[in-house]
Amino acid sequence: MKRLLSYLKPHPFITVMAPLFKMLEATFELFVPLVVAQMIDVGIAGNDVPYLWKMGALLILLGIVGFSFSLTAQYFAAKSAVSAGMTMRSDLFAHIGTFSYQEIDTIGTSTLINRMTNDVNQVQNGINMFLRLFLRSPFVVLGAMVMAFTVDVHAALPFAVTIPVLLVVVFTILLVSMPLYKKVQRQLDRVLLLTRENLLGIRVVRAFARQEEEKERFSQETCGLYKKQLFVGKISALLNPLTYVIINLGIIAVLYFGGRQVDAGDLTQGQVIALINYMSQILTELVKLANLIILLSRALASLARVGAIFDVEPSISDEGEAPLLSPAKEGQPAVSFENVGFTYAGAREETLHGISFSAMPGETIGIIGGTGSGKSTLASLIPRFYDCTSGTIRLFGQDVQSLKPSSIRKRVSIVPQKATVFSGSLRKNMQWGKRDATDEEIYRALDTAQAREFVDSKREGLDLVIQQGGSNLSGGQKQRLTIARALVGQPDILILDDSASALDFATDARLRKAIRENTGNMTVFIISQRVSAIQSADHILVMDDGRPAGYGTHQELLSSNHVYQEICASQSAGKEASANA
Amino acid sequence: MHKETSDKKKNNKKTLRRILHYIRPYTALVVLSLLLSALTVGLTLYIPILTGRGVDYIVGEGQVDFAGLMAVITGILLSIAVTAAAQWIMNHINNKITYRIVRDLRVQAFNHLQELPLSYVDRHSSGDLLSRVITDIDQFSDGLLLGFTQLFTGVATIVGTILFMLGINPWITLVVVVLSPMSFLVADFISKKSFTMFKKQSETRGELTGFTNEMLGGIKVVQAFGHQDEANKEFDEINKRLSEYSLKATFFSSITNPATRFMYSAIYAGVAIAGCFSVMGGMLTVGQLSSFLSYTNQYTKPFNDITGVLTEFQNSIASAARVFELIDEPTAPAEPADAVVLTEPEGRILLKDVDFSYTPGVPLIQDLNLSVKPGQRIAIVGPTGCGKTTLINLLMRFYDVQKGSIQVDGHDIRQITRHSLRTSYGMVLQETWLKSASIRDNIAYGRPGASLEEIIEAARKAHAHSFIMRMPEGYDTIITEGGGNLSQGQKQLLCIARIMLCLPPMLILDEATSSIDTMTEIRIQRAFETLMRGRTSFVVAHRLSTIQTADVILVMNKGRIIEQGTHQELLAKQGFYADLYYSQFAADS
Repeated sequence: MKRLLSYLKPHPFITVMAPLFKMLEATFELFVPLVVAQMIDVGIAGNDVPYLWKMGALLILLGIVGFSFSLTAQYFAAKSAVSAGMTMRSDLFAHIGTFSYQEIDTIGTSTLINRMTNDVNQVQNGINMFLRLFLRSPFVVLGAMVMAFTVDVHAALPFAVTIPVLLVVVFTILLVSMPLYKKVQRQLDRVLLLTRENLLGIRVVRAFARQEEEKERFSQETCGLYKKQLFVGKISALLNPLTYVIINLGIIAVLYFGGRQVDAGDLTQGQVIALINYMSQILTELVKLANLIILLSRALASLARVGAIFDVEPSISDEGEAPLLSPAKEGQPAVSFENVGFTYAGAREETLHGISFSAMPGETIGIIGGTGSGKSTLASLIPRFYDCTSGTIRLFGQDVQSLKPSSIRKRVSIVPQKATVFSGSLRKNMQWGKRDATDEEIYRALDTAQAREFVDSKREGLDLVIQQGGSNLSGGQKQRLTIARALVGQPDILILDDSASALDFATDARLRKAIRENTGNMTVFIISQRVSAIQSADHILVMDDGRPAGYGTHQELLSSNHVYQEICASQSAGKEASANA
Repeated sequence: MHKETSDKKKNNKKTLRRILHYIRPYTALVVLSLLLSALTVGLTLYIPILTGRGVDYIVGEGQVDFAGLMAVITGILLSIAVTAAAQWIMNHINNKITYRIVRDLRVQAFNHLQELPLSYVDRHSSGDLLSRVITDIDQFSDGLLLGFTQLFTGVATIVGTILFMLGINPWITLVVVVLSPMSFLVADFISKKSFTMFKKQSETRGELTGFTNEMLGGIKVVQAFGHQDEANKEFDEINKRLSEYSLKATFFSSITNPATRFMYSAIYAGVAIAGCFSVMGGMLTVGQLSSFLSYTNQYTKPFNDITGVLTEFQNSIASAARVFELIDEPTAPAEPADAVVLTEPEGRILLKDVDFSYTPGVPLIQDLNLSVKPGQRIAIVGPTGCGKTTLINLLMRFYDVQKGSIQVDGHDIRQITRHSLRTSYGMVLQETWLKSASIRDNIAYGRPGASLEEIIEAARKAHAHSFIMRMPEGYDTIITEGGGNLSQGQKQLLCIARIMLCLPPMLILDEATSSIDTMTEIRIQRAFETLMRGRTSFVVAHRLSTIQTADVILVMNKGRIIEQGTHQELLAKQGFYADLYYSQFAADS
């Protein structure tokens, strides 16, 4: 709520104007029944033709003034909502950009995307409708009642009963049906899940010849949806008939009591008509209000979800005056781990434990171990995507936790397991690694990454347009491009996190050879499951269940390290390779 | 352009007829709903007359006809009771018809999906098919329901009001009928103006969503390259454009309501003036004037509703057309009546002169011949994307060959029931698929009746038992969507356990390339060995040991089988296989 206000605050004038003009419009609308009553009581009764024309003109004037007020209100409401939505969207996007991996892992990207798009739109819509209607409808309802009382206190008593009863009925139905609608939505989600699952697993379903059972299950879930829909339908279908009954009972009461008062000479015929008109106005506004409340409750839920994202504080901040990573000094290790341990947020056990090693500039370090052994986690500690929970990591002698993350990432490039490229030209993708990279620099990187050949085979060269998600590239091509992207900036430290998995053996081997030859003083980390990928590294770190199980060269480890021997034995390729070497 | 619109109209008509076809079984209910709706409208319109009459009984001091007034009040009470009941029943019936039609349509679409040839499913993105079954049917449902509830009622209200008004006073009715088209013109003008704005808004919104998807989807990379500032800048640029269009679209569309409301107040004023003069001329009573005024209110409302319903209806017809398109897609050819049911096949497989291609004119597999004896092991090797899955598609008869034949135990597989052919194969793919159900149900997927002991036994043989026992609920642990709570290797072990339980006589296995830890990989390998013993197996192989011990190696490249033979034979041939084999050591030595 507070956050919402802060988005409306920059334009206080606009934001206040919208409901204000809306209320003015409503006021003019409320005068209409009074004017008509005057026409009947004064004009007709007194046979006053000029008076009738005057009042008729007044009616039209009221319409025009109401219209212009309403236009003003709509404009201000739209303006206020749109600018609040825009600012919120922009802030949210920037805020998400400051998250460290830890926050991204916990929240999940699909959730973040949903918050950015759906939820912000809902909020924007909600603000618009709120400014337009939320004050207007209750104002008309109350105003109609007040006007009725100004007509005649006694005759207006039915209003005092009808309106509270109406409110109770409308809100009861809303309160009962809203959770039911949520249930319907959840059931629809189940149907959706089932459909998606069947589409993705269509081969397996057919391989096991389970189509009939899947159909049966789908039919059950759909029937469940039908029953839930029908049930909530029964309840919400009560709204219209009930409000209708109540309003007409009110009209009956007005007729009856009004009739008695007219008989006694306390009220005129025209006034009775005015009262009836006010009753009808209340009905229309209440129905609008009910719809508005449904819309607003959705918008509020969205607002709460967006707010929850805003409330997440990034655990690693790039703000402030932290020193930058200074250039390498002679004889200093590029990377050193000193008894490093790491626990994921919310996890009970340490994912990494007691890791110590150091890598000199120009060295190649292989990291091998099973999935879940902590290799990738270790790699993401180097560019400070996460902060280690114990021990110290130093880059060129400086503790990473004292450094500005952005300055680290300029010098450390990581190629993650999942190859992600972005829509736009190939050149633009490559320039992610270095803003002003020349074509020559890009081609050099593509050469090393073994991507030159396929880039050359495309007519457009570096202008090749990559589609969203890289859908016009194969998995192997994407992987090679991501490696090239990391190489363009000529980082001091390069981390290849199992990033050649989609490449065949031959390309993988050529790639490793090229990296070894063309990277000069770069410290390279190669993370892999394959012994062949890391066996020629200067040092190999063997990981087992988050702990270091060995550190040394291929030959050293092969002769003395039990875990490494087992890994090699399991990969006959590795064994033969070493025999052939 | 002109032809296009007329074609579209024709298609719309066709879709509309299809929709009517779905409604037909509920004819009786629809008629009942229409009757109730007519009753509701009639009574709703009658009540202002009663009210007007009531007003006429209240003329002035001492001039109130209480007997008449009470009669009127009784009349109103009766009418509202009947109206309310009729309205509720009508709504319920409408819900019932709509939701039933939608349920049936959805089940039909899903069932159809299960029978479609895989070529269709492969050609369409799962998102597209999913949105047809879920979103489009939902949209259709909304339109149908609105159509039922508001279209007829709206039209009936307009017609009824005009009739009632004519009954009271034709001249004032004329004022209403002449003035009301103006509001249409205004609404139409505005909607045309705002349409272009809406289009621009939704285009820009699409652009922004696309950008958000991409940047947040790859947020780890964005951060790794410190690309946030650029991304923010680009985002703000699109965001700003969006807000400009949004403002215009929102404002223009929000003019409609006040503008039509203004038109109504003009009509209202016209009626009031004309009415007052008529009263003075003695052609109208004051009560009738009051009825007239409330009619003017009622009469204008359905116009707004109907315009809304019509747009909604247009959308829902488009959605329905997309659903029908799916349902009309021809299913896989039916099985011949005398199709053979394979029982305990030996596993003798013969591929004879097989031709196959996905796109006509782009040949893929040509003249493939392969004879597999029972119990033989066939290794399929080749670089990534070489088309190994094509062969699996043909063996499982996910796709049909275009020339030649594939035989199992001497029967052409097109003469075998799909059910018995497919259950004779056990398939473990690298892309593991598990249901969001318990581990137990997942293992028993191929044999739903299996006992827990059998399931545990299968899991043991697949080396999955120990990790299953470590899961919070053991065999009853629910696997979340996409198997999020399991590692890749664990998922594969579960898939193997699933096959272990059925033990089909022929196997199709896909060895893992990476992302599986060594211990798990050893386990998978052992499980594969257990499975393959004595069974005809096709293995998409990445491991040398598997390749070397295979009876036949199929070497594939660019979708074709280019070499075939044993390890020694192929090495001697010094062809593609030999290159592939040596290349992985060449660079390292």
